[in-house]
Amino acid sequence: MLRDAALVCGKDLRIELRSKIGLNQVAPFAATVLLLFGLALGPNRQALQPAAAALFWIAVLLSVVLAVQRSFAVESADSARDGLRLSGLDPAGIFLGKGAAIVAQLLALEALLTVGVALLFGAQLSGGLVLLGTCVTASIGLAAVGVVYGVLSSGARVKETLLPLLLLPVAAPVLLGATKAWDEALAGTPGQAGVWLSLLAVFAVAYVAVGSVAFGPLLEGA
Amino acid sequence: MRGDRAVRALGVAALAGMIATVWLGLFVTPNAVGYADGTVRLLYIHPPLAWVMFIAYGMATLSSLLYLWPRTRHARFDRLAGASAEVGVVFTGLTLVSGSIWGRTTWGVYWAWDPLLTTTALLFVLYLGYLAMRNVPGDPDTVARRSAIAGLVAFLDVPIVFFAVSWWSLHQGPTIDLATRHSYVHGSMAWTLLLGFVSFTLTYVWLMVHRYRLAALRARESDEGLESALADRWAEALQ
Repeated sequence: MLRDAALVCGKDLRIELRSKIGLNQVAPFAATVLLLFGLALGPNRQALQPAAAALFWIAVLLSVVLAVQRSFAVESADSARDGLRLSGLDPAGIFLGKGAAIVAQLLALEALLTVGVALLFGAQLSGGLVLLGTCVTASIGLAAVGVVYGVLSSGARVKETLLPLLLLPVAAPVLLGATKAWDEALAGTPGQAGVWLSLLAVFAVAYVAVGSVAFGPLLEGA
Repeated sequence: MRGDRAVRALGVAALAGMIATVWLGLFVTPNAVGYADGTVRLLYIHPPLAWVMFIAYGMATLSSLLYLWPRTRHARFDRLAGASAEVGVVFTGLTLVSGSIWGRTTWGVYWAWDPLLTTTALLFVLYLGYLAMRNVPGDPDTVARRSAIAGLVAFLDVPIVFFAVSWWSLHQGPTIDLATRHSYVHGSMAWTLLLGFVSFTLTYVWLMVHRYRLAALRARESDEGLESALADRWAEALQ
């Protein structure tokens, strides 16, 4: 299963490296969102600094929708999904592989956005370990639930509008937990982020488990 | 259709119960001390609405589980899940509206970021998404399986959302704690509240029966519609 996951993950990341969609479209989109937040909240740094964590995670959440859509657009071209189904790879492995590829892309994006909030909003980056731990656990949760809803909506003709409606409400606890953990870290009290990190971990474990079981039947019907 | 008379009787009972609840709630029961003028009367509909919301989502989740379980897989559980989620969303909307009216008169605002309220609002959008997904056309078996899994994935989120929002509002400073508000319900008020629960539950069952029948008729129409269209084409070709 893990070998299958590594195969699928490698394939997805190779496609992304070659097509550069992530670099040319998703990353600039996230940067634009940050800039727009800055414009909307005004030039006052006193207003932007406390909101830095919230704006960071909203930008991530909006980018997840794009990353998931991209991950399944790749499979719908040239009926690649049928190939995937016929490949004999373990469905749980495919799920983990696609999820891992999204996690890798999200982490790269989050690194970029971290620089963005530090520069644009003047966020003081403290508690680096908590910041990193939050990024990792939140990305795993978001990718897991994203892949589940991605395959759910991939067969539908209205997938562009359906996916955000399905994904964003379910991801609400991640937005909450990650924002709060970042708030604590940025405020210089990373010790208080423990409860939020454990919430993110519970979310990630729950959806990785459900996704591994449910992905097979969902892929069949997609 | 089978059981028509029973369903009609159920509908009449639900309607009579509702009218009696309104009459008792608005005109017979006293105004309670400690409540803004008349707001206690929301007590007779708000908890029953929330109660129906819980049984509707519970039913939708149970039906989704039964559909996914290979031994009990049957289209009837898929229809049941869809019908129940639909009724659940309507009652969630009504719960939010009645809660907001209560909030306006008691707290002075339509919306407070209270854990229960916020969780209910998220539940509302979560199941709106579920219903939107159900309405996407496709092969009936695929749609049913997809919906059942989506129903469970959505339900799994509910406790996580609730804990997250509770901790979150804890960190926001004190909000309104419902547990410390001691209100004693007694006498005619208790009976009216009980009647509210019974008549709203009957309404739920009545709505469910009709939504379920509609879903079954739709499925039959698409089956038989195809067959009759095929028969027509054959007849044309053989002429």
